[in-house]
Amino acid sequence: MSSATQGNGMKYVDEYRSGDLAKSLAEKIVELVEPGRHYKFMEVCGGHTHSIYKHGVEDLLPDQIELVHGPGCPVCVIPMGRQDDAISIAERPEVIFTTFGDMMRVPASNGSLLDAKARGADVRMVYSPLDALKIARENPDREVAFFAIGFETTTPSTALTLKRAQAEGIKNFSLFCNHVTIIPAIKAILDSPDLRLDGFIGPGHVSTVIGLRPYRFIAGDYGKPVVVSGFEPLDVLQGIYMILRQLRDSRAEIENQYSRVVREEGNPLALQAIAETMELRTTFEWRGLGFISQSALKLRPKFADWDAEVRYEIPGVRVADPKACQCGEVLKGVIKPWECKVFGTACTPDHPIGTCMVSSEGACAAYFNYGRHAGRRRREEAPA
Amino acid sequence: MEANGSPKARSEEEVLDAIEERRRRPRRKILDQQITLSHGAGGKSSHDLVEALFLRELRNPLLEPLSDSAVIGNGEEPLAFTTDSFVVRPLFFPGGDIGELAVNGTVNDLAMAGARPMALSAGFIVEEGLPVADLERIVASMARAAEAAGVQVATGDTKVVERGKADGLYINTSGVGAIEHDLELGPGSIRAGDRVIVSGTIGDHGMAIMIARGELALEVELESDTAPLNQLVSSLLAATEGVRCLRDPTRGGLATVLAEMALSAQLGITIDEAALPIRPEVNGACEILGIDPLYVANEGKLVAIVAPEAEEEALAALRSHPLGADAVTVADVRPDPPGLVLLETAFGGSRVVDMLAGDPLPRIC
Repeated sequence: MSSATQGNGMKYVDEYRSGDLAKSLAEKIVELVEPGRHYKFMEVCGGHTHSIYKHGVEDLLPDQIELVHGPGCPVCVIPMGRQDDAISIAERPEVIFTTFGDMMRVPASNGSLLDAKARGADVRMVYSPLDALKIARENPDREVAFFAIGFETTTPSTALTLKRAQAEGIKNFSLFCNHVTIIPAIKAILDSPDLRLDGFIGPGHVSTVIGLRPYRFIAGDYGKPVVVSGFEPLDVLQGIYMILRQLRDSRAEIENQYSRVVREEGNPLALQAIAETMELRTTFEWRGLGFISQSALKLRPKFADWDAEVRYEIPGVRVADPKACQCGEVLKGVIKPWECKVFGTACTPDHPIGTCMVSSEGACAAYFNYGRHAGRRRREEAPA
Repeated sequence: MEANGSPKARSEEEVLDAIEERRRRPRRKILDQQITLSHGAGGKSSHDLVEALFLRELRNPLLEPLSDSAVIGNGEEPLAFTTDSFVVRPLFFPGGDIGELAVNGTVNDLAMAGARPMALSAGFIVEEGLPVADLERIVASMARAAEAAGVQVATGDTKVVERGKADGLYINTSGVGAIEHDLELGPGSIRAGDRVIVSGTIGDHGMAIMIARGELALEVELESDTAPLNQLVSSLLAATEGVRCLRDPTRGGLATVLAEMALSAQLGITIDEAALPIRPEVNGACEILGIDPLYVANEGKLVAIVAPEAEEEALAALRSHPLGADAVTVADVRPDPPGLVLLETAFGGSRVVDMLAGDPLPRIC
């Protein structure tokens, strides 16, 4: 990798949003695009999707490059049944139920957590599992449960919170663990016959934890380039440039655009904290993708005292997604958000049906809130 | 979609048209079974509640424009009339307290009608157990704010509720002001080509409150911008006749106010992201929390839409006042796309700026 494309010299947020740098990178991208060829790249993370729409990255790309939104949106992949389980815990009178803000608006069988809160459940928004633990410490006469969700990015903070709860002997605290792992989801997409991809903009923050090695099969077994990329718009643009360069050279490798944060070996301490506290579930349901084996984590038996699934009787019933909702197809990148039958009519950010319309990292919300006019403008401005 | 046969796949254009059509249609019913915090967040759900319930039941020509102040009396001396309630937590925060906020908030709603505030009412709902010293501090702060704005608290009311039934103290203020200009201030006066000016940095109040709540483990020196804007508005209106519309971007922030104006005027507003005045500490905190400063509340800033030929005079008038020293043009009004706010990103792309879709944000005003 040449230093010109490595992005190591930039320190501040604004520098990763520089219009001038973007323009020169966009010109280099155009040079690499083969005439007449159509490219389909998947950005795996919802964080990428959000950044692409928020900064209008597609406006800088030639029409031949199509970005396909991937499954890496933590809120989006939680199935309805788990949301019902969460609400059943939240509605117990002794429980203070703590959650990230986005999860409050996800519709379940009988409304969202926000609706449960309006009915009287004590649901509180937190920014970190440690905030939830603090609430437990301050309310010794109540039971505090935390709705743990997310990929490997957030799993270590849950693991560390758990270890701290154990060390401090805080007994009125439990975790409803819904942590998932990204690799099985990527594999499911690669094995799906519906989609032909030319390369991946690889997860940034997940890779800070798991490193680069777990992606090798994508290049080795499937022959697809992967460029692990940061979340600023210039990172994404540079990731695309690096994938195109691999394709030009007929290479399929795992490259690291996000080298200012991601190390080859990941973060061994974080991985160790996860391994100490959690183990793989045999199978776990993903919204729209169905059951994927060994794709999620649960607490190890020695942490059963802090496991909400052990402590509370939860329905644990698999609930089918609303019929009209096509979040699954959106998560797999098979359809564009606007191609969903209910997009923008029955399903909107203020009254979402599916999770992809709730989370700011969901493809439907990103397209609705930010991107919905850009395509039209590009078509209007395109030379006739 | 065809009414008879099997559902036909919609083109992207048709989907976009359907969204815009739906956005323009007034809400006729509330889809929710119960009130949630979203209804109070100042975004889409708040609008639905106002349109589909309050306006439906209380409809009359004074209420219909749903502006910050109603204009009553169409004779020679029309009056502006407004009300606002304050439920902020904590009661005291860097840069102000609930009392100062309650006076300034209502003064500013009057000022956005270009009215000179004449008199305020103050209603207090106090929770049993509130220290009298706190109440004294808050009321003294109201007195100072009223004096600074040149307005008197002419009437009031107090209720005390049981412990646990109110969060320390809620305050409602109403206000009456005299309209002493002949301008038609409102979205109906906005024309393509107009300029959009903000009087200073955005997002200060909302972010100061979120940090003051001490739940974020962020240490940032940031003060609320709460201030009375009536004198700033007087200077502006005295300097130019080219002012079309004034709004104070409180709950819901600059984005929500611009989205409302674009929708109401059926014109497009295009924001230049690079021109937005945002303090680095607000920007930094917003980045960490994943919040867009465009949606964060202000309590001492105004948005002025002015005719293009009035832009320089308006900027000069605002900048000559301490509360408008950082005034800057951030957007312009275009014929297209009707009813929609776009943002040209510093990165070189563009995106839509819509009203906030019901985030359960903390109580900030």
